[in-house]
Amino acid sequence: MNRILIIGEHADGKLNAATARCVTAAKDIGGQIDIAIFAAEPDAPAAQAAMLDGVTRVRTVTHAANAHALGALLAPQIVALADDYSHLLAPSTTFGKDLLPRVAALLGVSQVSDVMTVTDSHTFERPIYAGNAIITVQCAPEHKVVATIRGASYPATAAGSATAPIEAAAITVELPTHTRFIELKASASDRPDLQTAARVVSGGRALGSAQKFDLIYQLADKIGAAVGASRAAVDAGYAPNDMQVGQTGKIIAPELYVAIGISGAIQHLTGIKDAGTIVAINKDAEAPIFEIADYGLVGDLFKLVPELEQALG
Amino acid sequence: MKILVAYKRVVDYNVRIQVKADGSGVVTDGVKLSPNPFDDIALEEALRLRDKGIASEVIIATIAPADAQAHLRNGLAMGANRALHVVVDRAPSPLTAARVFLKLIEKEQPDLVILGKQAIDDDAGQTGQMLAALWNKAQATFASKIEIDGAKATVTREVDSGLETIEVDLPAVITTDLRLNEPRFIKLPEIMKAKSKPMETIAFDSLGIEAADHQKVTHHAPPAKRSRGVMVKDVAELVTALRNKGLVK
Repeated sequence: MNRILIIGEHADGKLNAATARCVTAAKDIGGQIDIAIFAAEPDAPAAQAAMLDGVTRVRTVTHAANAHALGALLAPQIVALADDYSHLLAPSTTFGKDLLPRVAALLGVSQVSDVMTVTDSHTFERPIYAGNAIITVQCAPEHKVVATIRGASYPATAAGSATAPIEAAAITVELPTHTRFIELKASASDRPDLQTAARVVSGGRALGSAQKFDLIYQLADKIGAAVGASRAAVDAGYAPNDMQVGQTGKIIAPELYVAIGISGAIQHLTGIKDAGTIVAINKDAEAPIFEIADYGLVGDLFKLVPELEQALG
Repeated sequence: MKILVAYKRVVDYNVRIQVKADGSGVVTDGVKLSPNPFDDIALEEALRLRDKGIASEVIIATIAPADAQAHLRNGLAMGANRALHVVVDRAPSPLTAARVFLKLIEKEQPDLVILGKQAIDDDAGQTGQMLAALWNKAQATFASKIEIDGAKATVTREVDSGLETIEVDLPAVITTDLRLNEPRFIKLPEIMKAKSKPMETIAFDSLGIEAADHQKVTHHAPPAKRSRGVMVKDVAELVTALRNKGLVK
């Protein structure tokens, strides 16, 4: 039987929804599903993980050094637990992307990045070339499978009827001292989280300035949406880096995605093609974004966006 | 201080990739090849550290077939001091690539290794972290700012929740994100100068590495297509459509 360990992602006592998406992928692999919580204070995220449907047990590793998720410190701790497992999974977030290859290398195995489909316990589909090709990867059964899960491909597993047991895992590993956390500047926002929001409004370079990007925030707030941005808008300084949607930014799958002043480079489209409904507003009728938009509207965004905001009020 | 930069050749950013009809791969014959954009950023950062007098030598390294010399000349023209070319017949897995780089580290003893956070062909995003693990050194991934102070580096990282700053002891591995810098343009005299810069060819087999082939790619497919929707004539029509689908109130 497969024995799967998911590395839980959490911050400020909250389990990240990306972890629950990994559980959904783990169910497709099939077998025992454990979630590991590495933290200074694991109780709250562990309790949330234990509620997820299909989870066999939650294992906590408590250490002051785990107050911040540093890949170089977490990796040897994960390796200490790895003997019990056939599969190690983490979300394909910056947390998982930083951490899991380090774990794979310590175990001497390859990693499958960004799993989008589980064909069987050792066969997976993943995107390459910014999602312009999908490859089927077969992992050798004699090795552990180490994989990151592409969140946009999996809905989050909800709470189940039972609560899994929470056990403290006793591990003794020497932690490296070469890496120290200094600070995290989180973009303070009352808006929904970009990676899990049901609705997202994104702005592109056509907005023209950080000031005019306010139009995007206003429309987003009107419909309770998260705010995203194209790479061009982030590069131009109109929006912070954590808003970037696309191949090298965030891959998202909201129910509604509204792209405003975004032409639709392949690298951006990669980040949104699992969205339910895509709306595009752009002055260029030939913009590639219209090739994948469910609803396209050609015109001047500075006229149309305020109109749209008003019509929704 | 010596900096080793990973410098991979990939299908150019602007090429629209086509999957071969038989699913055996993607069409790469005759398509434009370029340095991986994140590796250009890695090289630029190394050159800036040299410009500031922090680094004394910048070495680029690639793992590629024998025809990759022009690619390395490009990196030399950008300003690298010399190049290492590990010759392979087929693309190595990220773990194999990390093992190769570890060998190059043993040979060159760099104080810093900079790689792109991912290559835009396989989009794996693994090699830097794997190398740091095998080397047993610190890693600072997705860097948007690097400051070197003696034997330490302070690195700002682009993470999902914002910007994280960590401090790492050198030697270390750093991987670059998009906003670390804007790579310079290559000037014609530099292209001429690059022709006489040293380039060392190393046969993969001479390194005594076990290739990590735990994965087989059995099929390539084009992605599921989203079909083109409808064009609406005005905001009212758009809002009606979205309300009918229950997407907005």
